[in-house]
Amino acid sequence: MNHTIWTRPFYYVFAFLIASISIYPILLMILSSFKTSAEIFTSPLSLPKTFSLDTYRNLLEMIPFTTYFMNSVFVSVVSVLLILITSSLAAFYIARFTFVWNNMIFFFFLMGMMLPIKLGIVPLFILMKDLNLLNSLWSLIFMYVATGIPLSILILTGFFRTMPRELEEAARIDGAGNLRILWNVVLPLMRPALGTVMIIQFIQSWNDFFFPLIFITDDLKKTIPVGMLSLFGEYSADWGALFAGLTLASLPMIVLFFIASKQFMEGLTQGAIK
Amino acid sequence: MRPAMNSVVKIKKQRDWKRWTIHLFPIPALLIYGMFVVYPLFAALTYSFFDWKGIVRGDFVGLKNFKDLFTLEPFSGLFWNAFGHNILYFVLQMIFQNGLAFILAYIIYKKVKGSEFLKIAYFLPRLLSVIVVGFLWKLILNPNYGALNVILESLGLEHLQKAWLGDPDTALISIILVNCWYGIGFGVLIFLAGLQSIPKELFEAAKLDGANGLSMIRKIVLPLMVPSFMIMTVLTFIQSFEAFELVYAMQGSQGEPYHSTDTLAIYFYRLAFGGSAGGSTTAVGLGSALAVVLFIFISFFTALYLRYMQKKQVDM
Repeated sequence: MNHTIWTRPFYYVFAFLIASISIYPILLMILSSFKTSAEIFTSPLSLPKTFSLDTYRNLLEMIPFTTYFMNSVFVSVVSVLLILITSSLAAFYIARFTFVWNNMIFFFFLMGMMLPIKLGIVPLFILMKDLNLLNSLWSLIFMYVATGIPLSILILTGFFRTMPRELEEAARIDGAGNLRILWNVVLPLMRPALGTVMIIQFIQSWNDFFFPLIFITDDLKKTIPVGMLSLFGEYSADWGALFAGLTLASLPMIVLFFIASKQFMEGLTQGAIK
Repeated sequence: MRPAMNSVVKIKKQRDWKRWTIHLFPIPALLIYGMFVVYPLFAALTYSFFDWKGIVRGDFVGLKNFKDLFTLEPFSGLFWNAFGHNILYFVLQMIFQNGLAFILAYIIYKKVKGSEFLKIAYFLPRLLSVIVVGFLWKLILNPNYGALNVILESLGLEHLQKAWLGDPDTALISIILVNCWYGIGFGVLIFLAGLQSIPKELFEAAKLDGANGLSMIRKIVLPLMVPSFMIMTVLTFIQSFEAFELVYAMQGSQGEPYHSTDTLAIYFYRLAFGGSAGGSTTAVGLGSALAVVLFIFISFFTALYLRYMQKKQVDM
């Protein structure tokens, strides 16, 4: 069969065409962020005449981007830490002990992976109001921890189960308690799985837009995604600043991705096929 | 003799205590997850049986909210309108996102040069926040200054220029295609992982038997890829029926123009937080009824997915 000789170039062209459609809008966003609005309107596709940072300076005067950024960092970092702690404790319990209710607990957590939590937003809003957490970053942290736990437990439990028990038993005979065993013996061996969980949950909490849309109205408590909403609401005519805002919002994730692209891609797929 | 005995007893007591503390391990996760995921969903169910004034609960009204949702205009019209859009969302994503993703995964699997670059390129959009994706494409699809119409003009295709998001005929399709742009890289990676798990020997054996490329795809690849297809189908299904952020970013909470991009989640948001029928009045009861309907619809498929996963766990 010689048809591969004919079809191969076609494959190439097709694959790279789609790749350019994937990349081009992002490139356009970054390039446009260096242009003034007038320049964007007259020649939207050309390269910027000068790579001036004026649009970025304007943007930082328009919106408190540094505040949004710090809020996003705080929320994401605390959420990921709490997810790692709560999930590894629970997964250790589920994977390493055989109490009668363990499977039930595991299933209870698994269920959460597919529950459409957005549909519970009215009770959540009332709950946050009663807890006095509206306009608090902790409302977001609780949501990201709660919605991140099921998948994290699934990944960690799967990993725990593949690990040999000998080391733990040796430590137990030496008189180490469960917490010591988990912290000193088990977790250091779990780095790949912990890394996967970290990446998935960090992307999730960094990019989420739904919960801050509902819970946060105070401008100084906004995370970057809802900050974009106010930017587009108030300055919709200043395209230079809009592109600059979108670029700044995406840059941290893109930089992290290029530092660890393999881990990113493996982490996210593992989350789905585990 | 005695001191030794004592220390044995002491160690044993200590162990018993340590054994008991293990039951504390799952508690933090159970508490947070129970409070912020499980409780709200059950509460939403009970909310749907009550009359609501704003966010203050009124009388028990039984199934009235459900009845209104399906029989009272404009609610029932809006429901079926949005439901149809969700179906279209699912179908188009299956074709353009998952279909394309499979083809691309297969090309990468066949080891073209630059496959690592391709993977990264397809995956890149997935890193952006959905709100950024929505706003970016809103600018690109802008009828006057947007890049797409400018590109069409420079290619001499002026007759294809459109107010992509302003025209009810193209608005929803545009949003769905943007969603495909966002999600395709994830699909590629899932399908690629599926392809790479097929034992190479199968292909070699088939080649010896004289099978050609197409029949190999049909007889080996497709059957062994069933798990990947299932995962993508279920995830796409859930995602289509929850579609909210992208529509909200691009067309606002009214599903502009003229509800032509309305989805069930957007409609639910309007009922719950105001903006239904133009005003700011909320209809928490109706919204909760809609949430319950959507919940049952989605969890039917969720159950299928979980059953499949459990089976897979047993196989391992």
